[in-house]
Amino acid sequence: MSFFTVDGISLQFGGLKAVDSVSFSVEKGEIFTIIGPNGAGKTSIFNLISRLYDPTSGKLFFEGRDITEVPPHQIAKLGIARTFQNIELFENASMLANLLVGRHCHATTQLWQEILFLPSVRRAEKEHRRKVEEVIEFLDLQAYRDKLIAGLPYGVRKVVEVARALCSEPKLILLDEPSSGLNVEETDDMSFWIRDIRTELGVTVLMVEHDMSLVNRVSDRVLALNYGKVLASGTPAEVQAHPDVIAAYLGA
Amino acid sequence: MRFVFKTDYNQDIRLLKHSGYWWSYGALLAVLIAFPYLVGSYLQSQIVFVFIYAIVGVALIILTGFTGQASLGHAAFLAIGAYTAGFLQSQGISFIVYFPAAAIITGAVGAMVGFPALRLSGIYLVIATIAFAFIVEEILARWESVTHGNEGMRVRTIDLLGQPIPRDGDAFYFLCLLVLAGSILLALNLLRSPTGRAFIAIRDSETAAKSMGIDLAGYKVKSFAISAALTGMAGVLFAHKMSFISPEMFTLLLSIEFIMVIIIGGAFGVHGAVLGAIFIVMVDPFLTALKDDVPVLGASLATTLGMAPDAAGKLRETMSAIGSAAGLKGAIYGLIIMMFILFEPYGLYGRWLKVKLFFQLFPLYKKATFKRQKTYVKSERNR
Ligand SMILES: Nc1ncnc2c1ncn2[C@@H]1O[C@H](COP(=O)(O)OP(=O)(O)O)[C@@H](O)[C@H]1O
Ligand SMILES: [Mg+2]
Repeated sequence: MSFFTVDGISLQFGGLKAVDSVSFSVEKGEIFTIIGPNGAGKTSIFNLISRLYDPTSGKLFFEGRDITEVPPHQIAKLGIARTFQNIELFENASMLANLLVGRHCHATTQLWQEILFLPSVRRAEKEHRRKVEEVIEFLDLQAYRDKLIAGLPYGVRKVVEVARALCSEPKLILLDEPSSGLNVEETDDMSFWIRDIRTELGVTVLMVEHDMSLVNRVSDRVLALNYGKVLASGTPAEVQAHPDVIAAYLGA
Repeated sequence: MRFVFKTDYNQDIRLLKHSGYWWSYGALLAVLIAFPYLVGSYLQSQIVFVFIYAIVGVALIILTGFTGQASLGHAAFLAIGAYTAGFLQSQGISFIVYFPAAAIITGAVGAMVGFPALRLSGIYLVIATIAFAFIVEEILARWESVTHGNEGMRVRTIDLLGQPIPRDGDAFYFLCLLVLAGSILLALNLLRSPTGRAFIAIRDSETAAKSMGIDLAGYKVKSFAISAALTGMAGVLFAHKMSFISPEMFTLLLSIEFIMVIIIGGAFGVHGAVLGAIFIVMVDPFLTALKDDVPVLGASLATTLGMAPDAAGKLRETMSAIGSAAGLKGAIYGLIIMMFILFEPYGLYGRWLKVKLFFQLFPLYKKATFKRQKTYVKSERNR
């Protein structure tokens, strides 16, 4: 069985089928991209995977395990982390605090120990901090440790969100439009980081992306979506040459 | 300006970040210890109330400031702590038992209040907590076998292992100071551990918090329980300080005063609880002064400035009429809340940080230092 499998998943909002029996599989170590026009249902698929929405039908499998019924707060612990299209950072906290929240699924200390701040808590905190520093180093965020998120430029926040996801040491990372709102230079950096996430950290990447040049540069496989349905999937070149995809993008 | 070189992760975990902290907090502690020997009994009594209000302030900062859950029911938690103390004491149970027992019982009630909070937010949560407080008030009035109903209940002097701690004595002052210091330490410890960060995460983005592995239900209930337990402890001290408790002492107005403590002090840092408590507790002596001293002072000032004696007398009467007008306290509270929310959303502590930064940067301070950040946040939030 594949590393991660979406099996015939559907999501209905009232009369609208936002996701319509979508199936695909992602292999370990792949960079897999979902493309499609606005409103195609890409973000909805991510929300289904992170269990924020319950599917109307269909199933999700991760490392051979059925995760369709797992509560949302246990998804991170299984090794799936994500970013959000409209940046969901903890605005009134420092970057360091944000990244440490990324470590939450590895927290082992009990409330009563934390209230007394026992040596075991201090030790655990330093270990979390060490992991966070690795990510800071990896994504070049050294300058912002104590800065409040609310005061950071948009491009930096986008990277901080990726960093927060990486702090949970995921096996699969979901990136929802990592380049949206970034300038050309920042988009270039992002494309290098996405590849490094895969090659250096060994994390499988599932992303939604608009910027076709970024898609072509980093993706191993692409899946095109429109009105909640799969149009085509394959290599970036194959998908872009597919007549249905061309039609969808030209608005035919 | 001080630059701290960081060479060790412990530096960010430490509560007193550098030597400057040791000096300023050391000095503060010395002043607080010297206070009972320096000030009169009236002022000492007021400071004890500041401590008690500040403990509730810390409790509210954990719930509202950190976790983002509003409550107008904290007077009820205070009442539960107070009545637990009163009742258990009357059953011959000792202070070292009923003090923690009050915290545990109030904490358990807080957890129960936390459950509906899982489905409610904002104004609906506020209404639910008000409803809860009314229910508690009603129970206190009706459950006469335990609470003596509207007649109220006498609370005797604390007996700490055979040692009485009279409510006007120095020992009581230090007991309250100790509990406040403990509460602050608890809040700061939470803030540097996973639980406190989970609270903040829930406050700023529930969606992201969930996806980071935070169990919203569990942490909201924890936050309510901790906040209620601290307030319950404050309730024990309150009961002993008042020496008499009755249901009408724990009304909505008291809950509003508690909320004001953190609005005025600032809800984002624990310091705010203390600053806000000083402010709120001192409103009463201030109003008394407004009623008694200010009219006299104003009249004599007017006479010196050449006003006719009978006109000055009229002025005095008008001023004292204004000073003793019914509802003046409520009006002043309302005005203060509006001013703070409009002009100083980070409270007195936020203002203090700005003043401090001004002196640190002295010639280089820009008026827009904070403004730019604020407008940025606003525009971002309106997307
Ligand atoms: N919470 C929701 N309630 C109702 N409709 C929604 C909701 N979320 C998304 N939709 C609708 O589902 C469709 C797919 O949305 P989305 O997955 O966000 O698209 P994409 O990310 O591909 O741009 C859109 O038509 C959108 O309006
Ligand atoms: Mg989207």
